[in-house]
Amino acid sequence: MSAPSELLVLDRVSLHFGGLAAITDLSLSVREGEILAVIGPNGAGKTSMLNLVTRVFDPSGGRILFRGRDISRLPRAAIASLGIARTFQNIELFEAASVLDNLLLGRHRFGAGAWWQQLLRTPGLVAIEEAHRARVEEVIEFLDLSPWRRASVATLPYGVRKVVELGRALCAEPALLFLDEPASGLNPEETRDLGFWIEDIRSELGITVVMIEHDMGLVGAVADRVICMAQGRVLAQGSAAEVQADPEVVAAYLGT
Amino acid sequence: MRFDYLTSYRQDFALLRHPADRAAYGMLAAALLAAPMVVSAYGLGELSYVLILCIAAMGLMVLTGFTGQVSLGHASFVAIGAYGHAYALSQGVPFILSLPLAAGLAALAGLAVGVPAIRVSGLYLAMVTLAFAIVVEQLAGMWRAVTGGYMGLAVPPPELFGLPLGGATGFYYACLAVTAMVLIGLVNLMRSGIGRAFRGVRDSEAAAHALGIRVRAVRIAAFGLSAGITGLAGGLMAHHLGYLTPDAFSLVLSLDLVLMVVIGGLGSLRGAILGAVLISMLPNAVAALKAILPDSLARQSGLELFVSGLILVLFVLFEPQGLNGRWLKLRLLVETFPLYRRDTFRRQKSYMRSERNR
Ligand SMILES: Nc1ncnc2c1ncn2[C@@H]1O[C@H](COP(=O)(O)OP(=O)(O)OP(=O)(O)O)[C@@H](O)[C@H]1O
Ligand SMILES: [Mg+2]
Repeated sequence: MSAPSELLVLDRVSLHFGGLAAITDLSLSVREGEILAVIGPNGAGKTSMLNLVTRVFDPSGGRILFRGRDISRLPRAAIASLGIARTFQNIELFEAASVLDNLLLGRHRFGAGAWWQQLLRTPGLVAIEEAHRARVEEVIEFLDLSPWRRASVATLPYGVRKVVELGRALCAEPALLFLDEPASGLNPEETRDLGFWIEDIRSELGITVVMIEHDMGLVGAVADRVICMAQGRVLAQGSAAEVQADPEVVAAYLGT
Repeated sequence: MRFDYLTSYRQDFALLRHPADRAAYGMLAAALLAAPMVVSAYGLGELSYVLILCIAAMGLMVLTGFTGQVSLGHASFVAIGAYGHAYALSQGVPFILSLPLAAGLAALAGLAVGVPAIRVSGLYLAMVTLAFAIVVEQLAGMWRAVTGGYMGLAVPPPELFGLPLGGATGFYYACLAVTAMVLIGLVNLMRSGIGRAFRGVRDSEAAAHALGIRVRAVRIAAFGLSAGITGLAGGLMAHHLGYLTPDAFSLVLSLDLVLMVVIGGLGSLRGAILGAVLISMLPNAVAALKAILPDSLARQSGLELFVSGLILVLFVLFEPQGLNGRWLKLRLLVETFPLYRRDTFRRQKSYMRSERNR
């Protein structure tokens, strides 16, 4: 039912936590190849929307269509294999593992050989590992992570962790990438780098990007389209300038 | 000071990349192989026992160190392996089949514990595994037809293709071979996809799910694998004991295993081995200590328990990475001398994680 250019469609989706309605009748769509920014005051339901798409929560109602197929009842681990990747607002890295292992885990969905191949480390398995490693190295190069390759995540500064998390999502070679507040906690220089990377992710890697972000500088610089959410609904959408000028949006931000 | 210059990923995959490492591990292997020529029969028996504990500790390490699931009941899998193996032997199953069979039985039991265990973690998981161990210990006491109950069960001496392994040397080599196979197999698994998935589940479930890891399946599989390896140790333990009674597999053994993996350093197979070696030397060390302590102290009961508790506390306080962490630091110190920085291993402050945003 969705037009071919629509990669992801949320169709009157809602989510309740007990009595609290985090999301009510939310409808929006993500177009193939765009960079979409989702903004909104704290508690607007932005992260909840992402958690619905990635099946962390069961929606209380509505449909979520990815490439026209309803994914709202799939098991949580099946989302990655559709080509949907994400980062987390509060960084969810594998702390005690090295950067390399974190990135290699990003490739989990492509398989890592049968258990007996792993047990015996057969030549076939070494070839699989080599192929994964080569793809991981491409991401390391793309994001300038080579100084940290072997470092344990627990020893990394905050800004680098955010980049590692982005890298891990890229290793999954997604078609659709969700970034939950990628610039929060970054200094202006790191934020500028991030902006360039996001543009390259779309133009060079051909990945559709949805980023939840508060930094309007970054949003204005990279987003093709902006959706503003408040209280679990879409308040306004359009270009960054249009959305920022919308009186309802201004009111929603002032109201919090 | 030494720098690595790698020209292929394959070089990077090599476990022992440096000649010095190869020499050190080669010497260790040679010493272990040559031990029967110099060590007495009694000494070999003790060495075999250390190797068995190494296997059991590696089994627990897979679970606790790599997937972060606590078990206070691993003695039960040792028991299942031991009784299973002894029973199968008494029914005429050959040693070479009976040992993997016993490990398989323990693995099945592990899967059975793992299924309810995925719903709980931390303290509750510790309780579930503890309860299971108590049930198994009771069962071993009651089910006389198979286990001989509290009267005990004599274990037939091991034989390999008709050759007796009953002598200290033969059994020592059998233990050494099994230890080596388990170690190599686990090293391979833990540096491949399965090991990465284990660590992923341990460090962040949310991220593991998002990357397509079936978290529950991984958790249960880890229980099965861990129990299977521990059961394998149990099978060998049966021969070491010679005569099985339920009290050989009590809570004390479970706690010793936990001590080994924690003191050794969670998340490292080398740690499991270092921990097993250290803890198995403890009784002897305490005996030596008693000789030099004043009589009033030396005659206190529970001195051993006190010493192991003290060691645990000291490690948790001063070296949370365990013996393995200490080892890595020493090695780095030697390799990078004189450029070693004390802070290389310091963790950055950890950042708040809130539940709701998962
Ligand atoms: N697991 C949960 N259980 C109960 N309530 C929740 C849960 N997750 C989110 N909520 C509630 O849902 C609402 C939307 O939260 P959400 O995290 O989606 O907001 P957000 O737009 O991402 O905000 P922020 O900008 O602070 O990240 C909030 O009122 C929040 O308290
Ligand atoms: Mg949020």
